[in-house]
Amino acid sequence: MDKKIYERPLIIKQQSGLMNKFGSSTINAPVTEIDRVPVKDIVEKFGSPVFAFSERKIRNNQREMFRIFKTRYPKVQFAWSYKTNYMNAICSIFHQEGSWAEVVSEFEYEKARQLGVEGEHIIFNGPAKTAAGLERAIKERAKIHIDHFDELYLLIELTEKLNLTADVAIRVNMDVGIYPKWDRFGFNYENGEADQALKRIVLNDKLNLIGLHTHIGTYIMSTEPYKIAATKLVVLANKLKENHNITLDYIDMGGGLPSKNTLKGQYLEAEQILPSYEQYAEAITSPFFNLTMPPNEFPTLIIESGRALIDDAGFLISSVIANKRLSDGRRAVIIDAGVNLMFTSFWFKHRVAPGQNAGSFTENSSLYGPLCMNIDCIREEIVLPALKKGELVVIMNVGSYSVTQWMQFISMRPNIVLVTEEEEAVLIRANENLEYLTSLEVVPEKLKTFTLH
Amino acid sequence: MSKITISSNLAVSDNGFLFLPSTGESFTLNPIGKLILTALKEGKEQKQVIDLITKEYDIDKSSAEKDLEDFISQLKNHKLIIEQ
Repeated sequence: MDKKIYERPLIIKQQSGLMNKFGSSTINAPVTEIDRVPVKDIVEKFGSPVFAFSERKIRNNQREMFRIFKTRYPKVQFAWSYKTNYMNAICSIFHQEGSWAEVVSEFEYEKARQLGVEGEHIIFNGPAKTAAGLERAIKERAKIHIDHFDELYLLIELTEKLNLTADVAIRVNMDVGIYPKWDRFGFNYENGEADQALKRIVLNDKLNLIGLHTHIGTYIMSTEPYKIAATKLVVLANKLKENHNITLDYIDMGGGLPSKNTLKGQYLEAEQILPSYEQYAEAITSPFFNLTMPPNEFPTLIIESGRALIDDAGFLISSVIANKRLSDGRRAVIIDAGVNLMFTSFWFKHRVAPGQNAGSFTENSSLYGPLCMNIDCIREEIVLPALKKGELVVIMNVGSYSVTQWMQFISMRPNIVLVTEEEEAVLIRANENLEYLTSLEVVPEKLKTFTLH
Repeated sequence: MSKITISSNLAVSDNGFLFLPSTGESFTLNPIGKLILTALKEGKEQKQVIDLITKEYDIDKSSAEKDLEDFISQLKNHKLIIEQ
């Protein structure tokens, strides 16, 4: 006779009066497969932990978001925010879907160029552009978004030296009624700095003013700030047309749309409190209809959305290393993926699901990573079913920033795979090894020998 | 392995609902938790309990022993065990 399926013995104390009246489930259903590829198979082939991205989800997210904007304002262009996730394969999916590249460093710029993105389809943002970086951007006709006056004057010098014109926009910061105010980037709207910068550009015949840009923040939880920002840029665009007869090619509203991740300290799940993307799109596009130029001269709306397009396409599959009890009796689960791979877990309550079918009995647990550091805590408080050593845990919504902000700390960075539309898991970045890491190190000759007793 | 004494006034229902009349607290047990608690209440030794589990469930002895130790620590934590 077959033996019964074993589940770790559990005793759960019943407590009353603690129900969430909004009724959201705190327990996640098991994630046993990603686009019909079993997570077990992915781990068998690529090891644990392993990042997995769903190509289908990325494409669907991009197409859906594009549709949402396009149906509200017909001239829309997306630019993929490289810093959100600049794995070559991931960027290529976005480029295949028609997105330009939005880069904030020379390294990202080079990455986009190597992938075959032409300069004219690169938006060059950021406060730290070098003379060499700007020279290249001028020559390759990238769209340079000027961040401060020092950069503006450097650009003027360079265009004179090269005897070339540069396609430029300015980044505008403004009060949109939220905290923190991102006034460290760009020129301020309210104090007239933006007007002054625009005037300086207009007076220079080597600077070709083609756009206005803003990026009001990240994970913006209401739509109104976007409406205020769009309204202010529309006012600037109208003034440029009226005073200088300049017709802009585009207004770039940046990104910052939230994903379905829940912030720490946020009581309700993100899905329950965040506005829909349709509401954001409505807030962004409606002020555009106050533009005063003829409709055929209306600028293109550029969206640099990052996390909203990829967060839910990224999964981190990891394995249980050990179960233990904390001094207060609480269950602690240790997994082989830590904060070194999920920098984002410092501010997000990432969803965690078992990677195999689990029993219905659950326990309040703390979820720790493998690092020998007290800070390595993925979730302080999470309801999990009984998990055995070696069983799989899937951390969800880790598509943005995880594989760009991850650290090589204590352990190596693992494989990244793409689950393709053909339902096959393929490697897109190999795991690191000691040779790769030490290849950059140099040991001075006198330190090469030692004797231990 | 020592013998464990379970608080005698515990009431355990067939479906694993546990009630402690002295404090009014209630608990739920999963099937293996119920099996262990019932066996311990009957005065079985830990070794006998492990045999019972491995006979009925698909689990090796060392894992069952590890989980039993953990379960006993949970019982201690909930003050359901009389300390010898």
